Amino acid sequence: MEKFIWAFIIGGGICVIGQILMDVFKLTPAHTMCTLVVTGAILGGLGLYEPLVKFAGAGATVPISSFGNSLVKGALAEAEKNGIIGVLTGIFEVTSAGISAAIIFGFIASLVFKPKG
Amino acid sequence: MSSQKKKNLTATQQKYQAFAKAREPQRPVFLNSIRAFFVGGTICVFGQGLQWMYMTYFNFDEVTAGNPTVATLIIISVLLTGFGMYDHLAQWAGAGSAVPVTGFANSVASAAIEHRSEGYVLGVGGNMFKLAGSVIAYGVFSAFVVALIKIIVKG
Repeated sequence: MEKFIWAFIIGGGICVIGQILMDVFKLTPAHTMCTLVVTGAILGGLGLYEPLVKFAGAGATVPISSFGNSLVKGALAEAEKNGIIGVLTGIFEVTSAGISAAIIFGFIASLVFKPKG
Repeated sequence: MSSQKKKNLTATQQKYQAFAKAREPQRPVFLNSIRAFFVGGTICVFGQGLQWMYMTYFNFDEVTAGNPTVATLIIISVLLTGFGMYDHLAQWAGAGSAVPVTGFANSVASAAIEHRSEGYVLGVGGNMFKLAGSVIAYGVFSAFVVALIKIIVKG
């Protein structure tokens, strides 16, 4: 139960950071998302993102910053097994589900739905 | 606006910039942040609930449960986008709906749906990653650099 509360607080907190980047620093949503992804990758490289995931669960894995962390995680895990080429082969290993699902269901949606407004 | 850009403007243009800036509506940063906090937090709690469900009833462990959780969130987000409901949420919640992975799926699905009139190959296929592509490009490049540095530092 405790995890749900922390998921709410941490997940909401990351969204507030995004909102502040948009409102105070006047970044577009695309710039905001890129900033968060790069931040997630750097935090992942420093080994700071995993403890956050352990602590807040989906509060850390659902925001887009976890995308950067997962890319680093996949690259490093493969690199450990196969050497430096693993960085190339492993980079999408963990995030494959998210990207594939977005492509596949996005494409199905474009077949089914008509644009609105 | 950066000072470099300002130098290239004529006096009239500078006057206009100041005029426009004074009349630009103030963004309610605090209110927006509260909305983003609640919507973003709620989406994450929903994700946590999904993860708990996959772990309890479908024999996933803490690491593998992440994949079906993200996939489910993406399906829900694509459906909401198709029915035109995610846009209303995004208007109200700002970053609260853009920052979670559902916002990523929304940007893919909405671009795909919007450009279908231009054809399925160039319209849907070409524009699907118009927004999400920048996230993937920057994510992959930064991850590449971070992983390389880490490997070199570790020796």
